[in-house]
Amino acid sequence: MNNQLKRTPLNGVHRALGAKMVDFGGWDMPVQYSGIVDEHNTVRNSVGLFDVSHMGEIEIEGPDAIDLTDFVTTNAVRKMKDGQAHYSGLLYEHGGFVDDILVHRVSPARFFLCVNASNQEKDFEHIRNQNRFDCEARFASERYAQLAIQGPRALETAQKSTATDLSGIRYYWFADGEFAGVPARIAHTGYTGEDGFEIYVAPEHAVDVWNAILEAGKPFGIKPCGLGARNTLRLEAKMALYGHEIGASITPFEADLGWIVKMDKGEFTGRAALEKQLKKGVTRKLAGFEMRSRGIARDGYEVSIDGAAAGWVTSGSPSPTLNRNIGLALLPVERAKPGEKIQVTIRNQQVEAETVPTPFYKRTK
Amino acid sequence: MNYPEDYRYTKEHEWVHLAGDTATVGITFHAQEELGDIVYVDLPKPGQKVEKGKSFGSVESVKAVSDIYAPVSGEVIEVNEGLATAPEKLNEDPHKAAWLIKIRVDGSADFNSLLSAADYQSYIGAEA
Repeated sequence: MNNQLKRTPLNGVHRALGAKMVDFGGWDMPVQYSGIVDEHNTVRNSVGLFDVSHMGEIEIEGPDAIDLTDFVTTNAVRKMKDGQAHYSGLLYEHGGFVDDILVHRVSPARFFLCVNASNQEKDFEHIRNQNRFDCEARFASERYAQLAIQGPRALETAQKSTATDLSGIRYYWFADGEFAGVPARIAHTGYTGEDGFEIYVAPEHAVDVWNAILEAGKPFGIKPCGLGARNTLRLEAKMALYGHEIGASITPFEADLGWIVKMDKGEFTGRAALEKQLKKGVTRKLAGFEMRSRGIARDGYEVSIDGAAAGWVTSGSPSPTLNRNIGLALLPVERAKPGEKIQVTIRNQQVEAETVPTPFYKRTK
Repeated sequence: MNYPEDYRYTKEHEWVHLAGDTATVGITFHAQEELGDIVYVDLPKPGQKVEKGKSFGSVESVKAVSDIYAPVSGEVIEVNEGLATAPEKLNEDPHKAAWLIKIRVDGSADFNSLLSAADYQSYIGAEA
């Protein structure tokens, strides 16, 4: 094993459970335990538990914390209430993504950001470099482990470990309380398209909390789940993955994430470039597709339309829920609507596919 | 896991079994275990030539695509058609029922340059 890889506090637990481990952006992470399809279906039908402690945390604190948070992110921070969370973008001046993040408002003077593992240092530098406000951005990743309980039985599972009334936490809100006997931030968020909670605790409690959740979920057949299932679940729900749907050369409008950009909220980093792009017109856009002929589209495969190169697959995979081969592709904007015939180049063969409405999967509430 | 003694193995995790001039080729138990749930198999058609060390098809799991390499050179004479609709058989019985292709071998070939069952097992042991 590569000793350079970073480990979460649950590394030994994963190995003891027989997980298959992979190098995920410099982290030694479980890609699967019982199998991707089995874990995927467990989350869709019951409840699964993910170690996502590799994710980064950044805290913004001080009298002007709200001003810095609003300035460096695209979504409407000033409309948030204490205890509310939202999905947002950190952009470069040129409008491309530094990262996609979750912003939690603890108070106007205290914000808590959850960011992608492999971007955390870059994000922190990016935010700090723009801090001309009366507040401080702090790198906090080493103070948090994060566990995700996801699936239709997530609420019942999680409720057993806390006195906080979880049914009182609305979707994309959070509460600070105790979980499995230790201080925790309990967020009603997730990256699977199912209902669920993400629990932030101190790293030294991660193993105890993990075991408590597995015990609580036993009656529902809870299973530990790896990053493989996390990816197929998020793809079905059309949730973006940094480095795939988004990145430095892709703007929120191109990634079909216009809803996280509030152009009328005032100045923010990247706004001028986005305004220019809107004025000129967005030329390419993310679209969902399904394979119509035999073959699986994979990340990076070329897409052509009528024999001419038209874009590329940002994520592609078999969909365990739909039992079809699905994907997302960055296409010319006029072709990014459902019903367009496209061809995916799979090992030098053009294979038929068709754009479809997204998300591929939506849970029934 | 049982790695048949009368098979030969490659470092790319294929197995080959020779009977007369017909070589039956598959992927190893270790290969399917590494791949996970296999959902797609892409194989050549009978009549196509394959060349030792060159890719002749691919196996895909939910997560990844893996090329399959010919352990010997020759002409494809039969393809395991059942795998197109039931690729999961590769997870269940990779050394027997889920063979991939049969090749009519060119000459007596270099069959003996491949790994024995014992050598292959120590190879994957060292790799793991």
